[in-house]
Amino acid sequence: MNQKAIKWGITLSFLLIILFSVCLIALAMGTINISINQLIGIFFNQVESTEYTILMEIRLPRILVGIAVGGALSLAGVILQAVFRNPLVEPYTLGISGGAALGVSISIVFSLNQTYALSLPFFGMMGAGLVILAIYSLNAFGMVHHMQRLLLIGVMISFISNSLFMLIISLSKSEQMHSIMFWTMGSLEEPNRALVYCLLIVSLLGCLITSIFSVDLNVLSLGEADAFHLGLHVERIRNILLIMASILTGFCVAISGIIGFVGLVVPHFVRLFFGSDHRTVVTASYLVGAIFLILCDLLARTIISPLELPVGIVTGLVGGVIFIYALVKR
Amino acid sequence: MNTLSQKTILSVNQLCCWQSPHFQLKDLSFHISEGCCVGIIGPNGSGKTTLLEAVTGFLPAISGEIQYCQHPIKTFNQNDLSKEIAIVLQSTELDQSILVEDYILLGRNPYRKHWQFWESEQDIQMAETAMKITQIESLRYRQINALSGGEKQLVRIARALAQDPKLFLLDEPTNHLDIAHQLQILSLLNRLKREKNMSIMIVLHDLNLASEFCDKLILMQKGKIFRMGSAKEVLTYQNIEAVYHTRVVEGENPISKKPYVFLVSEDKQLERSESK
Repeated sequence: MNQKAIKWGITLSFLLIILFSVCLIALAMGTINISINQLIGIFFNQVESTEYTILMEIRLPRILVGIAVGGALSLAGVILQAVFRNPLVEPYTLGISGGAALGVSISIVFSLNQTYALSLPFFGMMGAGLVILAIYSLNAFGMVHHMQRLLLIGVMISFISNSLFMLIISLSKSEQMHSIMFWTMGSLEEPNRALVYCLLIVSLLGCLITSIFSVDLNVLSLGEADAFHLGLHVERIRNILLIMASILTGFCVAISGIIGFVGLVVPHFVRLFFGSDHRTVVTASYLVGAIFLILCDLLARTIISPLELPVGIVTGLVGGVIFIYALVKR
Repeated sequence: MNTLSQKTILSVNQLCCWQSPHFQLKDLSFHISEGCCVGIIGPNGSGKTTLLEAVTGFLPAISGEIQYCQHPIKTFNQNDLSKEIAIVLQSTELDQSILVEDYILLGRNPYRKHWQFWESEQDIQMAETAMKITQIESLRYRQINALSGGEKQLVRIARALAQDPKLFLLDEPTNHLDIAHQLQILSLLNRLKREKNMSIMIVLHDLNLASEFCDKLILMQKGKIFRMGSAKEVLTYQNIEAVYHTRVVEGENPISKKPYVFLVSEDKQLERSESK
């Protein structure tokens, strides 16, 4: 048996155990604390009680969204950093979040979210989708020859959509402005069950597919010319991976708003501790991203309980400080 | 050295390549025999690197043909071609924090089957051999970005050797290296040629190294072949003056009896013409 495979197995099992424990802690803690014993009892007996409702209706969906979004954003970060060979790229660099934000703000301004329950994620996805389509067609029709230029175009799209977003905010009424701003700051709360499951499936599928491409990511991170000379179909694989990263980001932003920093910091963090082989980095980033976001969300909803902080603020603060510490320590 | 019985491994016929509006390769024709080392020399911007890129198919040809083992290169699947031709690029920056061993194993990518996640026993064996040949076994667990320039170059070569190529292309492999490392790398290539019958195409800036180690030289100028042949035929002061626009003195390496080119600084050239 390959030694690397054994190490890979141990790393992932270790992270899975941590993820499981973090999930248990996040289920137990909150405005009302439920002990682990009680937790098991509630799960096995399925008796209708306040605790049961809190667990199943509020905390569990939140944790599922946390796993899906934290994992997907980290995954998108891993893909983009490898494809662009730039450690500062994150899922929001390509303007995908800007597009989603624009879509959501339009939906709020026209009060569509009051008529249709699903209009917020739908418009978010549409906005993200349009940006993805623009970037993809620029890339696919060979209008952009250098990846760095594609990156710059992404940054510009991001600026343009941000400006339009600001324009819409400045023109909107104050209560609409409030709901747009709150959405922007990100939250793992999603009342619609079907959407939660949908997000989770997309995110897990993304993890599976990216894992299949993880050796290609290793080759791709050597640079375009080297990858070509190692027999890689650079163009094709890059397109598949870019679309993958875009869809994952689009889904996350549309459902949970803009949660920054996860996609930037988690891949770095994983590489710092587990090395830069993408076979490990891809899956480990997914798990670490999920752990990180669930912990941040736990912090966001307990620190000034019963009030709640937007999780985006916590990810930035906690992630930034931990990361600087890790960098200085090494 | 170059007898008729030797098989032609690469033949290029009237190749034209378009690299940018300002630069094209025009009408190149030459061939490389099995187990032969061809040196490509010429001033900066004369198309040496472009020529290597054209041979691997990275830069598509607009006219003319490249044949590898009597088959047009276009008919090869990119993966299969990577098993035959390996290249060490000058532009490869080794700034990643990846282990030397893992980096060399990436050279086995052309042999990876669909859905194969881990390297096979054979892949590991080949990487091992590549490290042995280049004598970098001791660097195996080092981070690649912490290596010295000479070590990095050996690592690049080892990765290409892990591809198990029959034709080996190198773009200025001795750049920025001290003389000991330059000699180490060129002697290594010599050994590969002798022992594995590998064909080598190497871009060099140092004319004397090219004269010493290559069986055949191609002197390029502005995207065309200016002269081609043995070192004696190519490295004459007339050719060098015409291509590099600089004066040199021809000589001979006292041991190998190969042509040797002495550079003369411009003031010395002036002094000499004045004293005459």
